[in-house]
Parts: sequence; C-alpha cells; structure tokens
Amino acid sequence: MRTFKIGGVHPPELKLSADREIELLPLPAKVIIPLSQSLGAPSRAAIQKGDLVKVGQLIAKGESFISSNVHSSVSGKVTRIDDVMDSSGYRRPAVLIDVEGDEWEESIDRSPDLKSEITASSEEIIRKIYDMGVVGLGGATFPSHVKLRLPEGKKAEYLLINGVECEPYLTADHRVMLEQGEEVITGIRLLMRALAVEKAFIGIENNKPDAIHHLQQLCIPFPEIEVVPLKVKYPQGGEKQLIKAVTGRETPSGKLPLEVGCVVQNVGTALAVYEAVQKNKPLIDRVVTVTGKKLDRPSNLRVRIGTPVGNLIEYAGGLPEDTGKVISGGPMMGKALSSLDVPVVKGTSGILLMPGIESKRAAPLNCIRCGRCVTVCPMGLEPILLAQLSENFLFEKAEKERIMDCIECGSCQYTCPAGRPLLDYIRLGKNKTGIMIRNRGKK
Amino acid sequence: MYGVVIAMIPAILVSVYFFGLDAARVFLISILACLFFEWFIQKYLIKGQVTINDGSALVTGVLLAFNVPANLPAWILIIGALAAIGIAKMSFGGLGKNPFNPALVGRVFLLISFPVQMTTWPKPQALFEAPLTDALSGPTTLGFFKEGLMKGESVQEIMHNPGFPGYVNDFLGAQGGSLGEISAFALLLGAAYMFYRKIITWHIPVSYLGSAVIFSGILWLVDPTRFIDPLMHLLAGGMILGVFYMATDMVTSPITAKGQLIFGTGAGLLTILIRVWGVYPEGVSFAILIMNAFTPLINMAFKPKRFGERMAHG
Repeated sequence: MRTFKIGGVHPPELKLSADREIELLPLPAKVIIPLSQSLGAPSRAAIQKGDLVKVGQLIAKGESFISSNVHSSVSGKVTRIDDVMDSSGYRRPAVLIDVEGDEWEESIDRSPDLKSEITASSEEIIRKIYDMGVVGLGGATFPSHVKLRLPEGKKAEYLLINGVECEPYLTADHRVMLEQGEEVITGIRLLMRALAVEKAFIGIENNKPDAIHHLQQLCIPFPEIEVVPLKVKYPQGGEKQLIKAVTGRETPSGKLPLEVGCVVQNVGTALAVYEAVQKNKPLIDRVVTVTGKKLDRPSNLRVRIGTPVGNLIEYAGGLPEDTGKVISGGPMMGKALSSLDVPVVKGTSGILLMPGIESKRAAPLNCIRCGRCVTVCPMGLEPILLAQLSENFLFEKAEKERIMDCIECGSCQYTCPAGRPLLDYIRLGKNKTGIMIRNRGKK
Repeated sequence: MYGVVIAMIPAILVSVYFFGLDAARVFLISILACLFFEWFIQKYLIKGQVTINDGSALVTGVLLAFNVPANLPAWILIIGALAAIGIAKMSFGGLGKNPFNPALVGRVFLLISFPVQMTTWPKPQALFEAPLTDALSGPTTLGFFKEGLMKGESVQEIMHNPGFPGYVNDFLGAQGGSLGEISAFALLLGAAYMFYRKIITWHIPVSYLGSAVIFSGILWLVDPTRFIDPLMHLLAGGMILGVFYMATDMVTSPITAKGQLIFGTGAGLLTILIRVWGVYPEGVSFAILIMNAFTPLINMAFKPKRFGERMAHG
C-alpha cells in the first residue's frame, strides 16, 4: 500500500465521532461572519449596517486575484460591521447578523435531489466556484478558483482529492465521503472538467475502509476516477505528502503542485463545488467535527458559517468541567481558541476539547541531539537546527536550511522526548524569515 | 537514559563476577562521585536547576567505571569523575551541550595522568574460586599483543603464550581489562536490549564494526603473523563497549543517518590505526573522541535528503 517516503509519525487516531451521522445544527441566534475567509487579500463589505440579508446573499466581494467572496449564512438584520476576534486571536473585520427566520435566496436549489448531469463548461464552472465563494475546506482556505485557473502554458495532468484526514480526532471528511459520496463524485467530475484533466485520484487512508469501499462502488461508472487506499501515516494529508504518496512525484521546494502536473482539492471542497455549480448554493455551511475525550456526544455537525463555537459545544453536550483547551482544528496543527464566541469559518474542520492534564506542557528539558525530529520530518529538514536558528534570530541561515519548506505539521514537536517547543520556534522563524525575504524583494 | 542503565546490568554483573568486591567498590564510588559533582556544580556553581534525576550522570558514572581497572584507587577515580562531569559536561552547559563523551574524557584524562595505575590490570578470577585476587595482575589481551609484537614475536607465538585468554574467554569475559570491556557476550546482550527499546539505531554500530573488520581484515590478509585477525580485534579490548555504548551517545554523534555512517566508519578506521601503529595498545577511546570532534562538521556537511531536492531551489 502506498504512502509518502520521508518521515512521518503515528499519533493515536482517536476518531471518537467516526460513527456519528452528520446532524444539522439548529440556527444560532446571531452569527459573526469574518469578511476575510481565505488566504490572500481581504474582501470588501458589500452591505451596510441595518441591511436585511437573506441566506446566500453576497456580503463581501473578493476583489483581487487571490481572494474570495463571502455570503450571508443566515437571514436577518446586519447589526454591526466591526473588528471581532477570530480563531487567530487577532481582531479582524466581520459582519454581525441577528438571525430572523430562514429565508433563502430564490436562485438556490434547495431540493435534496442529486443532480449529476454536467452541462457547464470549464470556464463556467470556474466562474461559479469563484462567485459562490468556494475555498479549500481542508484548512488552508486557498481560494479554489485560483487553483483551477492554470497559468499560461501550464497543464494539469492529475486531480488529487484529499480524503486522508490524517489529523487525530477529526471525522468530518470521513462522514462526507460516506453520506454524500454521490455529490462528492459529481464535484470531482466538475473539477476534472474545469481543469481538463483525464485522471483523478481520491487518496484515503486505510483506517477508513468503509469510505474506501463506498467511493470505489460509486466510481465504478467513472473509470477516470480512482480511489487510492493509503497506509496510515501523519501528515499524509499535507499536499506535497499526498502527491508523493499517490503519484510518487516530489513537488520541488518553493513550487506549487502544478509543477508536477497535480492539483489537490479536499473532499469537502469537492462537495462545495458540487453545491455551487449544480445547486447554485454559495459556501454558507460546512461539516465540523466537535469532539473530545470528556465530551458527552462527539458529533459531526453541518454548521452555518459564522456560528459561535460555543453553540456547537452546547449541542454536543456542553463544555465538560475538565477542559484545559478548546482547539480549532486537530490536535497536531490546530490552534487553541481564547474564547467560545469565536465563529466557525470556512476553514474550521473541527472543534476539539482537550482535558486539563493533556493541555499542560511539561517544562522542556535539554536537547540531547537524539535526532528523532530529523527522522520524522516529512520535508527532510532538521527541526532542532531550525528551532535553534530561530531562537537566535539567525534567519539568513534558517533560510538556507530551508525553513520556508516547513509545512508546520508538528511531527517534530510531537516526537521530541525532551518536550521542546520546536514548532513554536520554527513558526516564529518562518514568519520572520518570510518578512526578511519579502523586504529583500522591495529593495 | 534509564534504558541504557538496564542495558549495562549484564556487563556490571560479569565484572563483579570476575573482579569481586573491587568491582562493586569502583562502581559505587564512580556513580556517587558523578552524581555528587553534577549536583554540586548545578546547585552551587551554576545555581540553576538540579537535574541529577535525569539519569545522565548515572550513565556517565557506570561508563566511567566500565573504563577503569578494578583496583584503581578511589581518589584517582574521583578525579576521573570530576574530569568527566565537571570538565567534559558541565563546563559546556550540561546535558546535551557537551561535544565530547564525558565518560571517555574521564578515562583518557586518567590514562594520561596516571598511566601506571590505569594499566595495572588485576587478573580475572571467578567469584567463588579464589577469595584473594588482588595480588595477581597481568596484561590485557591487546597488551599481550602490543608487548609481544614489540619484542618481535609473531601473532601466533603470542596466542600460544600460557597466560593468553583466547577467543572463548575473551567472548565470555575471563580476560584482563577494564571493568566493562571484558565480556563481549554481556555487552551484546545489553546492546540487543537497546536495539529492542530503540535507544540506539544500527547506523553507528554497523559502520563502526564494519570498517574495523574490513580494515583489520585487509591487514591480516597481508601478513597474518604481524597483524591480529578481525575477530580477535572485535573481542579484545573495548571495541564492543565503545561501539554500542559510547560511540552511539546521541549528544556527541551526528544527527542524520548519513552522518552517523561516516562517524562510525571513521571511528572504526581510527581504532585499528591506533591499535596497530599507536603507542597505546587500545584505540577505541581516542578514536571515538576524535570523531566526536568531527561531529559538528559532519552535521554541517551531511544534511538529510530534503523533500523536493532534485530540482533547483526556487
């Protein structure tokens, strides 16, 4: 069975909510919709305070090439457009809406019927994906239309669909594959047409045999789509690792996957593409895993974008008494939240509640140069060296040691027997090195 | 760290079996002295956190004892512990910061400062056979060779010498030498445990032993009367002890697999070079210390294979 070659770790899987069907989270009383929900330039508000909006109405427009549209996920009254703290901990512009009823834009097809017949052209599909604000739902929230609009002279060979979900605890993609497989397959066919590729692979780790089997059945009429079972290893869901595992190709340092003829999209994104193109539905909701060892009912919920995280936890049984950290995302790459009022955004794949004892870090011990971080680094870097260089502000050297190649998977920190905060230092170093490189370009 | 201590238990038992209470005394003094110096320096000189519970000073204590004769006077041993912990380890910043293996620094410091005491080897005698062993002393296996070859004897003549231990005794431990080096068998048992627990990887031991066997093998094929055969090289002296317990020290050996192979190969080559042409009969400690010095350079020169390296860096 295939997997990527260099490094990797095997954290406990802890997929507590794997058997829980996707439930619809009841509408919240109010939503907070950040205006900028993708990588790239911030979007500009298209509504004003006091406006009445419907579900699916455009509320912010992405104006540069790498940016995306944002739509209202509820119907109601815009109470404020203000800076609100998001999951990064920074205050950023957002639209606050008081929910009134559930009135949808009429253009949206809300029928549950599967619409698998594809009539749109490549250009129309990409346009629709852009209009409907579809971004990568795997976590990085790269605007999907940008990945599909290939630069002059470049050609994609393969479409890779990321169904790996290698983060422990998270099961949202798993459930989407099981419950909305037909829609996902149609989404994949739409993406294939948009890219004009003749082959698509769906990479799924073999800890999800039911999803592998289900999608294999659904793919029988579509021989151009192939399900590739992968040997479980973190961080297989990393773009470059997935390409390596499925095709054996190695994306060169500092380049995009297109360099090796690949475009990668997440399973959830394929579903969003289906809804956008076939149902005319903007990206206004997504499946989020709410989980934790002490939580009453770990669940997979379909949640409107902008719903406060606290609502999800309440629905899943309430905040357990012994909660040390609330994390947006998985335990390996997720970020700790400072408030339960932070809204679910397009990139929120899960909400994880960590018990107190697991949330505390032991004081780091001295590095004994055991080299385990080097062994597990999936990018072939030397995390301990990069952390030391960052700690000592030696960013020129860090750049030479390829700090910018780090995908921040956290395997090094996970494996360090001395409990050193390697990734924390490397993140700092990456940030500073990035600034240094950008400033160099300006001179 | 405590895994390493467990791995050293068979060799400790063998040395107590052959050298009796003397061996137990050396272990006790060495361990206590190492722990004391670490505690004292951390508490009163650095005035920082005391970390003697991390097991590293304990490991150094046992390894230092492994590297000295059973009848070494206590005061010399304590000086060795001070050199190991005080000079080789704490002066560089403590655990993880030292460029050289502390126990080896301790041993070499003593070997150069107290050559007579450090090379007077009590003869091994099984625990219950002879109650008074300390009067008798004799050379180590490698000492036999060095002495004999210098007198112009051939390797074969030396091996027929009545006091010469031979392959089986060298393997089991009935030979003169430092506490920890006498029994290849006990050391290999502990090494197997360290592999099982993944405390060490194969890279350094395999490349070290490989290069030593190949280099000494070539010499042996050239002239078997003047050069010792590879198997004897492995069983005699501190080869097994050095290869599995000291060259594999993570702190002082390279980080990457590639670097570790270079490190092991170099150490194997140097060991045989020193044993054959050096003044000292044994070369393991010097070989490892020399390669320790090269470790930062090796770390710089041999990087792991980067992902996406085949194409130019964009």
